[in-house]
Amino acid sequence: MDINMSYDNVMSRKNQIMKNAIGIDYEGFESGSIAFDYEKMMKEAGYSLDEIIKIQRDHSVGNTPIIELKNITKIVRKLSPKGKGARIFIKDEATNPSGSFKARRAAVSVYHAKKLGYKGVIAATSGNYGAAVASQAAMHGLKCIIVQECYDSQGQGQPEIIEKARKCEAYGAEVIQLSVGPELFYEFLKLLESTGFFNASLYSPFGIAGVETLGYEISKQFMEREGRNPDVVVCTNAGGGNLTGTARGLIKAGAPETSIVGASVNLKGLHMASDRQFNRKSFTTGHTGFGIPFATFPDRSDVPRSAGRPLRYMDRYVTVNQGEVFYMTEALAQIEGLERGPAGNIALAAAFSIAQELDEDKLILVQETEYTGAGKHLQPQLFFAKEMGIDIAIGDPREEICGLNIILPKHPSLIKAVDLDMDKLKKSYISKAIVNVDNISEDDIRFLAEDTNSTTEFVKEIIDEINRRYE
Amino acid sequence: MNANKGDWVRIYNVILNVGERGENLPEDTKKVPFEMWDKGFLVNDIATVGDTVEVETIIGRFITGELLEINPSFDVNFGSGVFEPLYIGKQLREMLGE
Repeated sequence: MDINMSYDNVMSRKNQIMKNAIGIDYEGFESGSIAFDYEKMMKEAGYSLDEIIKIQRDHSVGNTPIIELKNITKIVRKLSPKGKGARIFIKDEATNPSGSFKARRAAVSVYHAKKLGYKGVIAATSGNYGAAVASQAAMHGLKCIIVQECYDSQGQGQPEIIEKARKCEAYGAEVIQLSVGPELFYEFLKLLESTGFFNASLYSPFGIAGVETLGYEISKQFMEREGRNPDVVVCTNAGGGNLTGTARGLIKAGAPETSIVGASVNLKGLHMASDRQFNRKSFTTGHTGFGIPFATFPDRSDVPRSAGRPLRYMDRYVTVNQGEVFYMTEALAQIEGLERGPAGNIALAAAFSIAQELDEDKLILVQETEYTGAGKHLQPQLFFAKEMGIDIAIGDPREEICGLNIILPKHPSLIKAVDLDMDKLKKSYISKAIVNVDNISEDDIRFLAEDTNSTTEFVKEIIDEINRRYE
Repeated sequence: MNANKGDWVRIYNVILNVGERGENLPEDTKKVPFEMWDKGFLVNDIATVGDTVEVETIIGRFITGELLEINPSFDVNFGSGVFEPLYIGKQLREMLGE
């Protein structure tokens, strides 16, 4: 192996490679300590909402319909105490060109890459974002490489990821498939360096600003059809960009009172970098294995500062189990006539439970759906789980043990969104942020309060608590 | 089976051998190499599965690797029938009819 391409050597060039590949000098937003100027980054590196609406409209992205799930709401009301059971709506993001809301993020990134004169774009993603970048690159005439974590050491691939490779190839992209491991980032850096392509990161200001139109449309469409904004918006949460962008868009539309709930599928106990456990999960995104680490340490991504900062905007964070999401995926097809992909229905499973807590006159919106098809559907995903030795049972989903079984709820009343402790998440974020920082400034404390949607008193309390532990 | 120049093929490479891999990996992942798969048009005049070959990828990159498959297929389907979820539609329709 050429010495300059060794693992350590390439990783040591990370900052320079990233800077060349994204065209943003993050230094301009840094304070030199924990704090950085988030809003300045979003403003200077990104585009205005009007510009993004135009970019997306020019590339057939957005303006997706909102559908009221009347039959699911009827079921909710049968399970709720008298007077409870909010009306549930869903934003049908599957109708975007590449079949998911990710088209919004890709539209802005690829437009920007083209504007800056890059010949191609690269994205590291096993998810819908790959298809979105490939689709937008096709529209703009740019070359595209998608890098996927796909197979375990036995050569077994997640059916959902293999399907996405097919879809990316359908749009003319080159797909590089990798075995399990965080060294994907090493391969990604080598590709960025050797091709000189643009890093269409999910976490750049463009990637997040692209989702703001989703929040904005939600408010506009609700004002038009219901005369008011939704009371609750539920977002499937993985890297945090979906939730961040949607919440920012709602605020820009003048709907700051709408409550934002993050929802992830519970994959407790499964290690995301484990070769063996890789294929013992049935969800490759929208899960706690991404959701919790990215919420509590957003800057772990492939850019120096992530524009996705979910704790800033999240009022509540809930988990649902795999069997519950599969149940709701089947329910959406069977009683609403909408066949959509399972991973997009994580927020739906959460909303089904939360709606039962809310009064009948409340409005709750699930802000995405995704396309479905061979590989990416509950049939092949459950079949694959069986092949991997996972038991598929019908019973109480609370007894589901990730990696061992999937329990389809025997009755819809058993579907329960489980709250994560927000204060605990905020504490975890703060403790990670202050590691190895000797002098925490007042600016840092203010920033940490903003980034966790808490107060400077709360941040100081946590810092004191942590310091006492080490004294 | 032989592949000829211009055939669409799938290739394979080990990117990092065991021992060259990154830090902080789970024990099971540490014990296996870091591998990659890609596809392209064969550049060599003729080759057999297992040979080291050069390909031109769909976007025009030239890369080498072990020839794995000629005319690679997309192995995605709906699997064998899974009957377990069938009760869900029946159950919900009954509830709606009550």
